[in-house]
Amino acid sequence: MSYGEHAEGHDDHHNPTGWRRWLLSTNHKDIGTLYLIFAIVSGLIGGIFSGLMRAELMYPGMEFLPMLKGGDVTAAYHYFNVLITAHGLIMVFFMVMPALIGGFGNWFVPIMIGAPDMAFPRMNNISFWLLPVALGLLVLSTMFEGPPGQSGVGGGWTVYAPLSTSGQPGPAMDLAIFSLHVAGASSILGAINFICTIFNMRAPGMTLHKMPLFVWSVLVTVFLLLLALPVLAGAITMLLTDRNFGTAFFDASGGGDPVLYQHLFWFFGHPEVYILILPGFGIISHVVSTFSNKPIFGYLGMAYAMVAIGVVGFIVWAHHMFTVGMDVDTKAYFTAATMVIAVPTGIKIFSWLGTMWGGSIRFETPMLFALGMIFLFTIGGVTGVVLANAGVDTSMHDTYYVVAHFHYTMSMGALFSIYAGWYYWIGKMSGKQYPQLLSKLHFWFTFVGVNMIFFPQHFLGLAGMPRRIPDYPDAYAQWNFWSSVGYGVMAVGLVCFLIGLFVTLRSKQRVGDNQWGEAATTLEWTLSSPPPFHQFNELPRIK
Amino acid sequence: MSDSHAPNHNYHLVDPSHWPIFCSAAAFMLFFGGVLYMHEIPLISFTEMVDGAEETRVVIGHSALVIVGALLTIFGAYSWWGDVIREGEHEGYHKPIVQLGLRYGMFLFIISEVMFFLAWFWAFFNASVFPTEAINFVWPPEGVEVLDPWHLPLVNTLVLLLSGCTVTWAHHSLVEGDRKMFKQMLLYTILLGAFFTAIQAYEYSHATFGFTDGIYSSTFYMATGFHGFHVLIGTIFLTVNLLRAYAGHFKPDHHFGFEAAAWYWHFVDVVWLVLFFCIYVGITG
Repeated sequence: MSYGEHAEGHDDHHNPTGWRRWLLSTNHKDIGTLYLIFAIVSGLIGGIFSGLMRAELMYPGMEFLPMLKGGDVTAAYHYFNVLITAHGLIMVFFMVMPALIGGFGNWFVPIMIGAPDMAFPRMNNISFWLLPVALGLLVLSTMFEGPPGQSGVGGGWTVYAPLSTSGQPGPAMDLAIFSLHVAGASSILGAINFICTIFNMRAPGMTLHKMPLFVWSVLVTVFLLLLALPVLAGAITMLLTDRNFGTAFFDASGGGDPVLYQHLFWFFGHPEVYILILPGFGIISHVVSTFSNKPIFGYLGMAYAMVAIGVVGFIVWAHHMFTVGMDVDTKAYFTAATMVIAVPTGIKIFSWLGTMWGGSIRFETPMLFALGMIFLFTIGGVTGVVLANAGVDTSMHDTYYVVAHFHYTMSMGALFSIYAGWYYWIGKMSGKQYPQLLSKLHFWFTFVGVNMIFFPQHFLGLAGMPRRIPDYPDAYAQWNFWSSVGYGVMAVGLVCFLIGLFVTLRSKQRVGDNQWGEAATTLEWTLSSPPPFHQFNELPRIK
Repeated sequence: MSDSHAPNHNYHLVDPSHWPIFCSAAAFMLFFGGVLYMHEIPLISFTEMVDGAEETRVVIGHSALVIVGALLTIFGAYSWWGDVIREGEHEGYHKPIVQLGLRYGMFLFIISEVMFFLAWFWAFFNASVFPTEAINFVWPPEGVEVLDPWHLPLVNTLVLLLSGCTVTWAHHSLVEGDRKMFKQMLLYTILLGAFFTAIQAYEYSHATFGFTDGIYSSTFYMATGFHGFHVLIGTIFLTVNLLRAYAGHFKPDHHFGFEAAAWYWHFVDVVWLVLFFCIYVGITG
């Protein structure tokens, strides 16, 4: 520090300001903030789309969407397909992944391992800027022709062939394919960046077995990204050449095989659903430990449970395809392998319970969301074990039971983790205190709302209501009505979140270095709130 | 602890850069332009009445945007990597720990490329191990005159294997400080790579099955085509290294740019061996 004065001036000179700071950023915290803003914007778009779907499904008969389409029922049918496709793609690629990996990952992985920044700060920036490009291509697709005479992509987020090849020959599908290519490239670059950061930039003494569980969760997640996304890139490139250049990969008349697409897609798609939830597991571990005032129960078991989930996640993909006509041995294998995943997942659930056991629990807002996540994700996990049975799935496939199952894991597991992380870290990121009452209202409206939306969908699915269809017989009317009412309740919670966000940023109530007390032991709580532009100029030493 | 003093670590905190957002914008033009090109939609056009009939006048055609996007992407990549070379070669930012990070990064990138090829091999095995009714359950499909693997494909195998030797020779020469031999062997590697591409182009133009002739053509051309594309990238990568060598870059103990190219070249080599034994040899026995 003998050269303090000179260096200080030097440092100020190097900290960019204004538009250069945000558009040309090479700072992991600024890029993390950009990711979080992007995720909120995308989440609102995807949320509005699900609102339009619930509005149509509130009552039997085609009422709402034809109003938007000037009374054209055929156009309304296709518009519903566009909505489900966009909702799925936006929530997966442009909301959950940017929030958990890009946002919280960028902000806290370098800090938690005691590093001054990511390994490749400039590459970090293109990982972010490719996302608006990808979202832009997807939004543009709604303005181009999909199936003859209709605009937008209506193939579902899985874009199965031949619906995505001969079924929708227009440019919209090609725009969606390129959107996935670009989002995939962004994630692969991000994955490489995170692995290099975690392997190469841990502070002295920060061994892998001392690493915070959030860093472990991101490490496993980005390995899944690295290995799964290139396979999706290959699959959608085959779609592209089948559509535009006359190849026959998925064209049965040319000797190709439409089921090949499903295999390739789900070889990516199944790891993808763990990509969405694993960083959430990491956040929940920190929150539960902090607010139980205890270290996490079974640290190593927690870390290697995530590794096990990641590894087994690669060999269960065909449980998404039990009804394509696979032989009974294959079904038996994929049923068994799928159920095995319940073991490491159970380790995590019980270790969270073990962490709380005998702890002095504080019901701060992050803890409320964490408890909600543990409860609701367990429900989603249990219905997952039900669906893992190939025999049962034969009748459940493509019903609302599946929709209820994966929304309990995603819309409650992943989303509640994001909210838990948000309230846990917003004080650290902004230096300001979130409003207590609004944040608790946000939790309760969201908790009641999402349960009202999705719990009845189990009943609808068991009664045989197919997913992805905008109309239904009167027999399904009651539960659909309550499901749509639940959307309204959840929307009130979302408004509380947005007002709370605004209130937080305007708040004059500052938070200290460590607002959560002695059980918040990771390195971010040793820094100021918000942290300096470059932290750890002097690397911390971990005992 | 004050955080305002100068960094006391060897990591490279990169200055703000125009290139990420520039390349993203270029990628948008490239992909959006690509869709316009594939569907022959002009970028800017208007309709006017000519003799009472509506006629479409094209101001900017359907291929303009994809070309501009591609050129800007290439320019962005050139400038970005130019910055990396400047920082590493001349400004001393690539301390050993940073070089180790670059090694991890290149290795992981190659892993992701391997997974990309996995998709194409999956498509090939799906089609060849389980031929469908449309091709009478026979592989190769009846009427497809496959290329003789022990003719030009074997030559190409040997060419690539030899180029793997020359690039390793170049590396050893560089480490030993023999820059003349380094440049010479690097040049041979590039020439062998170009020779491979030329033979591949000759094979494609003389094959009796066309690109759109069903599943055999699809798997064959796309798998070998993506490999060929990677050979081309590897050749460009090596050529940049040759130009850098002539500019006096690389030291015996600091030359990761070259090593990355060599790794990439070996990866391309291994993919070819698998292609050769599975697609060329496998089907003729």
